[in-house]
Amino acid sequence: MSEVKFSKEHEWITLEGDVATIGITKHATEMLGDIVFAELPEKGSNVEKDGTAGVVESTKAASDVYTPVSGEVVDTNQAIVDDPSKINEDPEGSAWFFKLKMKDQSEMDSLMNKEEYDKFAKESAS
Amino acid sequence: MEIKKTSLNKLHQSNKAKFVEFAGYEMPIQYSKGIIEEHKFTRSNSGIFDVSHMGQLFIYGDETLTDELEKIFPLDLKNLKQNCSKYSFLMNEDAGIYDDLIITKIEEGYLIILNAACKDKDFEILSNLLGSKFKMNLDNNRSLIAIQGPKSVEILNSIINGVDQLNFMTGNWFNSDNQKLFVTRSGYTGEDGFEISISNDKAEKFVENLIKKGAQLIGLGARDTLRLEAGLCLYGHELDINKTPVEANLRWAISKSRLSNGGFIGSKKIMNQMQDGASQIRVGIKPEGRLIAREKTKIFNDSDKQIGEITSGTFGPSVNGPIAMGYVDKEFSKVDTKILLEVRGKKHPASVCALPFYKKNYVKGVN
Repeated sequence: MSEVKFSKEHEWITLEGDVATIGITKHATEMLGDIVFAELPEKGSNVEKDGTAGVVESTKAASDVYTPVSGEVVDTNQAIVDDPSKINEDPEGSAWFFKLKMKDQSEMDSLMNKEEYDKFAKESAS
Repeated sequence: MEIKKTSLNKLHQSNKAKFVEFAGYEMPIQYSKGIIEEHKFTRSNSGIFDVSHMGQLFIYGDETLTDELEKIFPLDLKNLKQNCSKYSFLMNEDAGIYDDLIITKIEEGYLIILNAACKDKDFEILSNLLGSKFKMNLDNNRSLIAIQGPKSVEILNSIINGVDQLNFMTGNWFNSDNQKLFVTRSGYTGEDGFEISISNDKAEKFVENLIKKGAQLIGLGARDTLRLEAGLCLYGHELDINKTPVEANLRWAISKSRLSNGGFIGSKKIMNQMQDGASQIRVGIKPEGRLIAREKTKIFNDSDKQIGEITSGTFGPSVNGPIAMGYVDKEFSKVDTKILLEVRGKKHPASVCALPFYKKNYVKGVN
């Protein structure tokens, strides 16, 4: 599996073959608070880089989830729809959001590595 | 304008509060445990709420004060006993609501608790209506602390002996730590609890003492989910100048004895609406599944006609599901009526339901 990459919209992404797994970062869940609702893209649909690909809602507000790369949705994580609190518990592990079959793997190049993202998150929080 | 801070601001900071601006005040929205934990702790144990941003208006005067206030509020104040409280409204001539409030008869006058965002305007309106005959003090030197939840009576009584003898919606002065506190058995969570008016310089120590006894600080986020589960209105959401108490389904708060003769501001409109019914009415709404419908969500019937709008919607931690309140045309206001909520461009099924979502646990008749 590839190294974990991160977007400015606080998504993480890993790549295995041509299938990317995408979720939201721990930092994002800390900003959102208790997550109580998750909506995911439909399997078989196509999503475009930086487009919306889902929604999460906390007790306070709704937030869009974006996809950091383009592709066809090949799998979604029903477990987080059934119990959204799992997203707060394990955001960068078992609570992934969706898997995409990527069209253009070079889209990964512009994303941040862990060190860059941590710095970005720290700066955007203050 | 510089943001205002309550006397507990430092205590909020040291308890790792996340702050928001609310009605010009820097207020805690939540602490480190988060809204759901805070909500559940209040329902099972005892939560402390800083509500010092709310207005505490003391009005003193002779017996003519009661007559003058009856010209303003739809209450039978002549028959209200000293130390008893009533929920009421400040209205305009069209019965539009300037504010909702709690009024308590105290020795030589009344104490009125006002919403933070409305208190200065309320003071101006009431000053104009009452003239200079009575002494009015919107007291900024006092903090207001609410303690809510089943363990609150035991915790508070261990600090202020005798509060356990108060009935729901009554209050009294108590002495504690060489000062006078006004304590009422009331709150806005649906739980048994108290609200304590205390001088600013004593508030922090008092709250630290409550924390030592096992209560925990709770932010405005959980205050909102608690009041919504209890089916209680929040000014600026369910209530505003374009809504009347009848439309808001709060006719229980209007004293029956005042309905025959009127004589309070807005009485004509209220009496008409009581007879003919209002065209829209506030209801509880239960979305199907886990979908959350927020404020301003449009409500439709099954033939695509808009029939109302959501005024508050969130996830109810004790209900363990989405809950909402809103206004619908009266023919759709019956419990179990099927409605549709438009969220993110799609219509989702929901139904009108009875309020509250969570049964209230107020105490009745302790003495």
